[in-house]
Amino acid sequence: MDRRIKSLKMEHITKTFPGVLATDDISISVGEGEVLALVGENGAGKTTLMNILMGLYQPDEGQIFINDVPVHFKGPEDAFRAGLGMVHQTYMLVANMTVTENVALGYRNAGEKHFDLKTVRRRIEEVSSRYGLMVNPDAYIWQLSVGEQQKVELVKTLCLGARFLILDEPTSALTPQEVDELIVLLQRMTKELSIIFISHKLQEVKALSNKVTILRHGKVVFSGNTDDYSSQEIAAKMTGHDIVLPMNEGGKKRGETVLSVQNAVVMSDRKTPALNNLNLDISAGEIVGLAGVSGNGQRELAEAINGLRKVESGNIVFLGKDITNKTPREIIDAGMGYIPEERNTEGIVPPFSIKENFVLKDVSSGLFSSACFINGKKIDATAEKLVKRFDVRCPGIDTAAGSLSGGNIQKVILAREIERHPKFLVAVYPTRGLDMGAVEFIHSELLKIRESGIGILLISEELDEIMNLSDRIAVIYKGSIQRVLDKKEATRERLGILMAGVKEE
Amino acid sequence: MLDIITNMLSMCIPFSVALLLASIGEMFNQRAGVFNLGCEGVMAMGAFVGMLIPFLAGHGGPVSEWYNVLGFVAAALLGALFGLFFGLITVTFRAPQGIAGIGLQMFGVGTAGTLFRHFVGGTQSIPGIPDIEIPLLSKIPFLGDVFFSHNIMAYLAYILVPVAWYVLFKTYWGLKVRAVGTNPRAADSMGINVSRTRYEALIVGGALAGLAGAYLSIAQAKMFSDSLISGRGFIAVALVYFGHWHPVQIMGGALLFTFAQTFQTIVQSMGISFPYELAVMLPYVLVIVVLSFTSRNQITAPTALGKPFNREIRT
Repeated sequence: MDRRIKSLKMEHITKTFPGVLATDDISISVGEGEVLALVGENGAGKTTLMNILMGLYQPDEGQIFINDVPVHFKGPEDAFRAGLGMVHQTYMLVANMTVTENVALGYRNAGEKHFDLKTVRRRIEEVSSRYGLMVNPDAYIWQLSVGEQQKVELVKTLCLGARFLILDEPTSALTPQEVDELIVLLQRMTKELSIIFISHKLQEVKALSNKVTILRHGKVVFSGNTDDYSSQEIAAKMTGHDIVLPMNEGGKKRGETVLSVQNAVVMSDRKTPALNNLNLDISAGEIVGLAGVSGNGQRELAEAINGLRKVESGNIVFLGKDITNKTPREIIDAGMGYIPEERNTEGIVPPFSIKENFVLKDVSSGLFSSACFINGKKIDATAEKLVKRFDVRCPGIDTAAGSLSGGNIQKVILAREIERHPKFLVAVYPTRGLDMGAVEFIHSELLKIRESGIGILLISEELDEIMNLSDRIAVIYKGSIQRVLDKKEATRERLGILMAGVKEE
Repeated sequence: MLDIITNMLSMCIPFSVALLLASIGEMFNQRAGVFNLGCEGVMAMGAFVGMLIPFLAGHGGPVSEWYNVLGFVAAALLGALFGLFFGLITVTFRAPQGIAGIGLQMFGVGTAGTLFRHFVGGTQSIPGIPDIEIPLLSKIPFLGDVFFSHNIMAYLAYILVPVAWYVLFKTYWGLKVRAVGTNPRAADSMGINVSRTRYEALIVGGALAGLAGAYLSIAQAKMFSDSLISGRGFIAVALVYFGHWHPVQIMGGALLFTFAQTFQTIVQSMGISFPYELAVMLPYVLVIVVLSFTSRNQITAPTALGKPFNREIRT
């Protein structure tokens, strides 16, 4: 049971899913106490490879070796027994059970015969004090924030005896503060454990790993020591070309005010005030970045502007017309474009084809229909054009939009919104969870829209994104605007202080 | 007046047993993520087999108690078999559960009726099982009649409520059942066999539905007819939602429904002039009304209810 894992190797792993070669002859190796960063764009095969390591998928070819002895995992229970544990990107927790119950779920498969919640609870307390991972064993998962849930995942994996950790994009859902905490925590843990972690954030790769392996399209394209390479070099190897994120060069006169939010008061889902007398003006041809810790009213502001949430008091004026509490249809017709937060549930209808998703907002306008009949040829022609122009990687325009990767779904949404020639665009977390290549594309498209004289409200939790793209930066805190800074005045430190709610004199 | 109330309340417990057994069984199904609309059909088969065994043994005359026991056991086994069959369709072949359930309901009700006409023919009664008066307790006025003078199955069914609670919340198997019905992917990643756990829950649920049917024919009606189940299987499914997948709340629902039913029976028997069609509707309307006003508590709900699980297909 307490055998140490001195080395772990995966050799020549190949796995195909219907129509997709997910991993193609991949080999990796990790030694004791090492941290391997597995880096690559979305869909490069990182998660598939780790699921194979955990016994969740069976490889078509290839073998796994622990301490140079070949092993075969039929399921995750075998991997647990060998001392492996994985924290998945979407947390594998049962929401209506307590922390203790969630840990107990895997206990029997980790070699413990006895089922006794008290023992499990004691073990949780042991592990959490040993690694400084504070969790309340009696809390229900649904009561916990995303950051706390991740701690539960780590505690769970450690309780089950993992001496080799696999972390799948551990920071993708965390706030910047939580990310910093996690990195410190993992650095401490590397003294006792070996870790493989999947990421495409190069900062973390540099901060944590000794070795880096880069995957692209299911193949290993590079392996080496992290310290020997700069972030830029790793980024270039990851995408296959040099990535330079485009910047807003500024240097344009501000136009007329297009969108004006005046003293808006809006309620959250929990019926507490989400926006408190919020005021914000945005002009034509500028990007205003809305910075803030998520949950400070960003979502509610975007929904109120787009007619999806009731404005209790105050006004929203768009191109001189009052659009407060108008229907989404009226607001769309007035020229509003919207990239919603949840691309899979709000941005597209997943089972509809790509071409159908392109024309969702126009079917009633007569643009793609005559009388009550849809004009199929015109839709096809438009869709082919957009797929080409926005480089949507898909088998064809009849593919279900929901089967695409996150980056390509976002391109479909962006294409739809831009093709409709909006007079203003609200973009909410437009690059969340996307890889560098897709981020680069979306950023340059947003800047192009700005060039053409359209105002953009960019809501994001990535400070770099906001600082690169914005003309002005508004900081939101507890439902009102703390301050609006000019691009030149904004530094990371200053924004951080404002985001934390500290007023400037 | 007190007589009428005592009478009404003392009918409540024995009449609620079939609903209670079936809905606790359905609760295990749904907690594991499978809803079995075929409960009605399984109950019909259980009722038929449960009645057939003591009937063949005594041809309507008195029989040894053991034939009744055999009837219940056979009904439970047959129900378990139906649960296994339903698992094959919905877990292994991943058929849509709603359609499969309706199929099972029609199959069960139709087969039970057909076999009944072949083996029994017309209306035939069996002796049934006696009430057990619990010494001392049954002598307490009012309470004795309401709580302590029922048949053995009624007592067992009510003991099942805390047992089901214990199994669901305090055992490893219950933990697995709740996990595969709420987040099967998580359960899978913890090394739990999702399909196997769902099968097990379906077998338990089926056995309880079979027992529920046998209770109706052996203990309650002491006969079988095509209309014996008359929608109780569907009410059982509704009661699971009503009781938020919790055994104690489900028991409350079963009692409330039965109370409404006995209330309308007694009102009719008292000769109050009230259209009986409306009176018969009362308990069903009550269930719909309560269901539409209860909060949809996403927190306790088995969120994977109705969704087949396939490890290698991401949803």
